[in-house]
Amino acid sequence: MTKKNIKIAVASGKGGTGKTTISTNLARAIAKNRRAAQYLDCDVEEPNGHIFLKPEIQKSKAVTIDVPEVDNEKCNGCGRCSDICQYNAIVSLKKVVVTFDQLCHSCGGCKLVCPTSAITDKAKEIGFVDIGVAKEIGFIQGRLNIGDIHTPPLIKEVKKAASSDSVIVIDAPPGTSCPVIEAIKDCDFVVLVTEPTPFGLNDLRLAVGMVRELKLPFAVVINRSDAGDDEVLKYCSKEKIDVALEIRDDIEIAKAYSKGEMIVDVAADYERGFIDLFDYIDKNIQLQEKLI
Amino acid sequence: MKELVVISGKGGTGKTSIVASLATLAEKAVLADCDVDAADLHLVLEPTIKRREDFIGGKQAFIVEDNCIGCGRCARICKFEAIEEKALSNGSKGSVYRVDTISCEGCGVCVEFCPREAIEFNEVVNGQWFISDTRYGTMVHATLGIAQENSGKLVSLIRREAKEIAKKENQSLIIVDGSPGIGCPVIASITGADIVLVVTEPTLSGLHDLERVVELARGFDLSIVVAINKYDLNPDMSDKIEAYALQNDIEVVGKIHYDKSVTKAQINRESLIEHGDSLGSTDIKEMWKRLSKRLSE
Ligand code: SF4
Ligand code: SF4
Repeated sequence: MTKKNIKIAVASGKGGTGKTTISTNLARAIAKNRRAAQYLDCDVEEPNGHIFLKPEIQKSKAVTIDVPEVDNEKCNGCGRCSDICQYNAIVSLKKVVVTFDQLCHSCGGCKLVCPTSAITDKAKEIGFVDIGVAKEIGFIQGRLNIGDIHTPPLIKEVKKAASSDSVIVIDAPPGTSCPVIEAIKDCDFVVLVTEPTPFGLNDLRLAVGMVRELKLPFAVVINRSDAGDDEVLKYCSKEKIDVALEIRDDIEIAKAYSKGEMIVDVAADYERGFIDLFDYIDKNIQLQEKLI
Repeated sequence: MKELVVISGKGGTGKTSIVASLATLAEKAVLADCDVDAADLHLVLEPTIKRREDFIGGKQAFIVEDNCIGCGRCARICKFEAIEEKALSNGSKGSVYRVDTISCEGCGVCVEFCPREAIEFNEVVNGQWFISDTRYGTMVHATLGIAQENSGKLVSLIRREAKEIAKKENQSLIIVDGSPGIGCPVIASITGADIVLVVTEPTLSGLHDLERVVELARGFDLSIVVAINKYDLNPDMSDKIEAYALQNDIEVVGKIHYDKSVTKAQINRESLIEHGDSLGSTDIKEMWKRLSKRLSE
């Protein structure tokens, strides 16, 4: 049986390597030539996929997390809430309790330990999930409120909003810490985008360490492949990592990007590369399915 | 003492290359790499490590199998779905629970409520940080372990150390390579900075990210200046960014040409200034003059 609802994450050790370019064009190429596809912008601090896909947003919903609200009338000043909180998000000062919503991880500990039931949940808005369509593909993005730092819980909501009957392409946040882990942890395949420069190689090494730690299958895409040296290629062959696609440094692509245009629309010969990339990933995933 | 923090809405705008060039031009400064998720400054500045410390960001729960009776209370109260049931490792019947270290956020709620006190709660080393010598002065930098939290805490620690060093060495300038994005590490990078230099690109995404980052920095009441890197790649978009800056009363301190020497310099482990004369290096020198003026105000 072929697995239909495969989840592909596009990530990179650092930003600006072309993650959004790869993920938007990949989603478009899949939907046009293979199967139904959805694009999920999980780079919620800087969601940029909409610039290229120009979606029609059909609905937006606010995302909230639970933070504590303290009824100071009921509080007996025991201080157990501040004792259990590992993040200094709740501080008990004699007869009043002060909370810091930005530091709260919504673990619920303070509410559970409070002996007088003085603590209840309060919904705090952290951002939005927008759902819509962009031509032939489904489009979902998260937008973190400015000044808020609750990136992982918002990413979780973006992923929940996806429907399960099509290929999902996730534009992951950059880096190797909590937000990107949240975006890629249950994916079937990870595409790591890099550039052939010393910075690109260093960041790729970190990203490879991350996907290996999470035990996820992955391959590398080299963007601006002729713009630097061949150290990335050497590294990949030494580590036995597949380079699934190389995109050359093309001024036409850079121009299209700066204007918010899709590569597959301005230079049709690139579409083939994205279709091949998908076929490669699909084959890989179907193979693993058989092994299980 | 002044602290200059260089950030960019999105990554890959050339922020770190510009920081390396500014370090060259400043000649003497304390340097701090707060882009802890993708630290690259060391690739150009080739620091010699003088001091190395563990970074302890928080704690993590660990269930001692022998003491676990498999009641499942921890799994029910964990808000992070970090606790899963598993078979006993000695193969006998029944099940116990284990903590998935990647999902655990170290809140300690399970530790408090386990009826058998079967859960240990220990500090974990999330990374390491270093104080090093470079050809342009002392540098504070770090590596964060894979899949680790608390990058914001680490950023604050690096900036604090850099300030201590600047005081001790009587340095008048700290240059910080900040984090991208608008989340927790970048907030930790910019709060209290004297000048925030936002490096952007003349693209729609660049403008979009610039707007978000400026709004963020405004929220903290910081003094912001902008540099447009590779501005000649799309002059129309550069004009739009300049117009945006003008409307918001933000000085554009630098417009830097697209310059193929940037990659060459990186491959040679040099800053663009060290690499020799080029369009880009001339522009950065111009920018440094403006920045120095603002820093001395
Ligand atoms: S819910 Fe958890 S993190 Fe938030 S204030 Fe209470 S104890 Fe602290
Ligand atoms: S410490 Fe918190 S996050 Fe970790 S396992 Fe216990 S309840 Fe879950």
